[in-house]
Amino acid sequence: MDRLLLKSGGWFALALLALLAALMAADSGFAVHMGIACAAALLMAVVTVRGADYAGIARGLLKMPVDQGKYDDDPIRWGVIATVFWGLAGFLAGLFIALQLAFPALNLGIEYTSFGRLRPLHTSAVIFAFGGNALIATSFYVVQRTCRARLAFPTLARFVFWGYQLFIVLAATGYLMGITEGREYAEPEWYVDLWLTIVWVAYLVVFGGTILKRSEPHIYVANWFYLSFILTIAMLHIVNNLSMPVSLLGSKSYSAFAGVQDALTQWWYGHNAVGFFLTAGFLAMMYYFVPKQAERPIYSYRLSIIHFWSLIFLYIWAGPHHLHYTALPDWAQTLGMVFSVMLWMPSWGGMINGLMTLNGAWDRIRTDPIIRMMVMALAFYGMSTFEGPMMSVKAVNSLSHYTEWTIGHVHSGALGWNGLITFASLYYLAPRLWKRERLYSLRLVNWHFWLATVGIVLYAASMWVAGIMQGLMWREYGSDGYLVYAFSEVVSAMFPMYVIRAAGGLMYLAGAIIMAWNIGKTIAGSPLREEKPMSDAAYDPAADRPLVTQPA
Amino acid sequence: MADEKRIDAATGTEIKHHEWDGIQELDTPLPRWWLWTFYATILFAIGYTIAYPAWPMIDRATSGLLGWSSRGALDREMAARDKQIAPVRQAIATTPIEALPGRPQLMQAAVEGGRAAFRVHCVQCHGSGAAGSKGYPNLNDDDWLWGGDLAAIEKTITDGVRNPGHAATRQSLMPAFGKDQLLTAEQVDQVVAHVRVISGQDKPGAASQAGAKVFADNCAVCHGPAGKGMRELGAPNLTDAIWLYGGDTDTIRETVWNSRHGVMPRWDDKLDKATIRMLAAYVHSLGGGEATRVETAAAAGKEVMGDAGQ
Repeated sequence: MDRLLLKSGGWFALALLALLAALMAADSGFAVHMGIACAAALLMAVVTVRGADYAGIARGLLKMPVDQGKYDDDPIRWGVIATVFWGLAGFLAGLFIALQLAFPALNLGIEYTSFGRLRPLHTSAVIFAFGGNALIATSFYVVQRTCRARLAFPTLARFVFWGYQLFIVLAATGYLMGITEGREYAEPEWYVDLWLTIVWVAYLVVFGGTILKRSEPHIYVANWFYLSFILTIAMLHIVNNLSMPVSLLGSKSYSAFAGVQDALTQWWYGHNAVGFFLTAGFLAMMYYFVPKQAERPIYSYRLSIIHFWSLIFLYIWAGPHHLHYTALPDWAQTLGMVFSVMLWMPSWGGMINGLMTLNGAWDRIRTDPIIRMMVMALAFYGMSTFEGPMMSVKAVNSLSHYTEWTIGHVHSGALGWNGLITFASLYYLAPRLWKRERLYSLRLVNWHFWLATVGIVLYAASMWVAGIMQGLMWREYGSDGYLVYAFSEVVSAMFPMYVIRAAGGLMYLAGAIIMAWNIGKTIAGSPLREEKPMSDAAYDPAADRPLVTQPA
Repeated sequence: MADEKRIDAATGTEIKHHEWDGIQELDTPLPRWWLWTFYATILFAIGYTIAYPAWPMIDRATSGLLGWSSRGALDREMAARDKQIAPVRQAIATTPIEALPGRPQLMQAAVEGGRAAFRVHCVQCHGSGAAGSKGYPNLNDDDWLWGGDLAAIEKTITDGVRNPGHAATRQSLMPAFGKDQLLTAEQVDQVVAHVRVISGQDKPGAASQAGAKVFADNCAVCHGPAGKGMRELGAPNLTDAIWLYGGDTDTIRETVWNSRHGVMPRWDDKLDKATIRMLAAYVHSLGGGEATRVETAAAAGKEVMGDAGQ
């Protein structure tokens, strides 16, 4: 009881502190954010008092431990729902800004809906909200199962989930109000960064603690990848966000770095956010869910070791390729390029290990739409990890840099690899977490697969065409020695490509809506959808009888 | 148990002796093509870092055997281009602009160079088709505020229009007749009605007849008695259908009330002589360029100025 009082009192004090900060804030954005923090702390105080603990108190009185014979899956169930929700929000924001590029009137003439504010909303929603929730949820799921141990520090695990959602809300509302550090993929201001640091350290403690208390003698490869992702993101996040706030009660801060050092730090972070968040973390998902769904052993243990260590060693140096032909010294550009080129095979190691795990189960691509999704994810992974090293080559980069090609590259990776492997994992998780016989509908998974795939193809192809066209138009000299095109002519030439891209985005969003429906029905425990099974061998009832010779 | 090899039936490969949540791993060796390609990229990387600037040392980085630098490469490319177009630019810079039409090849080169420069420096205001927009003149028509022959266009580009702090700039200031209470609101309405009549948009009425007097007293000094405008002062012709800000009653009233004073920057401090000359040739070529009549233009100018002085 004392404990309960202390906890709820603590939350209440925190709420008061946030309220005080809101009242004394130097700017309105900070005031709103402290208001949100105050509301969150109050909510926690109320939840603490109202009961979450009665069961616990009862257990304490009766000296009944929680059922240690079951995995701790509550935060994972919330994570699945959050992943679906933020995915829909992020895809919708993406579709909207894609339409803004084609039809600028959609900026609506107000700052809150301008492209500049919605763009980080989109990128953060899909990478950190959708991708981040998927990573946290699947890592908690995978680490428990492959360690045969319950989550260490269950309360902290819940804090990680809710704390991360608060981070997302603070980041997203900040973008809309114009609070930004102006660092791509690291836009949130200093106090939100500090909050994320706390949450992330808690995440590391829960994940690392679970590995430490494992019952298995060895650590499974998926957990190497998860651990490298968690550790490296912590390092990247802290270093890149070193900054000095103008006021402890205001939202503005200035970076600890300046000039080209600042740019290099930012892209060291930016590229490794791709490397460790979107590659290592999602490879971890792949290493668990692909063999589980295919029911086949991992193709090569040796390859997993070699490609893991080479990947994480090489990735961290590749950032400077984002700054080719800038003020960054030539030597740093060279190193960024050659490390990116060397990264090609280590990246492909993951693709090989994923695809070849299907050896002996290739027929499942025909019959299992989830496997189909995983294979397509790995195919896009392979494609974009070839495209990346290629674009880092300076001669290619001089054409591709600053063009839509980059956008196409990012999305073939994000939509194709991260999106599809996440969808497949969610489809795997939903029936197991809610103890359903199977998904509500496999046919709908198939619909999702095709909508997403065609959507990605439209997206990537239109952006490749747009990017290469753009790059060639910018640099085209006439025979008399003058540039041929004005910048504005290049912009107007891209209009059809922008429309095709938006159409691809619409299809991708439509697929995600189908997924939300399918997973929602699965969670709700609806009777399975009546549908034709995915595989259907021929059946002829007339022939399905013994041959009986007629008596003469 | 450890000695006992377990073989995966589907692939014929040995299975490693560990298992996590039912997941096993095969002991497949590294694919050879994968390994050799990996080695090849490493060799390429080593070779590339020897050839190009790469390894940071104590006070500088290795500069590479090829002696390549991105600045050097850019300089070479720019120099090659400059060399290619230098003779033509030289010829344009030394040919008086009035003489350009007499040298068709040079004129053509000037127009092409101007087209490129226009896309970089001018489209922001005048539009990529040079059609302008509200407050920014359309350069395709033959209605010129400050003159439409080659020399006049070159002068406008060189010194700009109402460029602050530049003595040679094209200068004129229409008074803010309403805001500064030079005319009453009624008089403004009357003169607007008159302008609507002389531009052929309205039929004469009582207001416009009163406005004719206001116009003669206040406006004719710059816009001319008939409202045909005066190029020396950049005073627009009010009798045609071309409007810089708009010819509807409200817009004209706003113009008379507040005045406009549009600004175009001077370019002689940003662009060299040849580029400005090429821009003038390009703008002249758009369709409304006027033939050069140096003497008559000057004479006409004196005459009008004389009128204005009376």
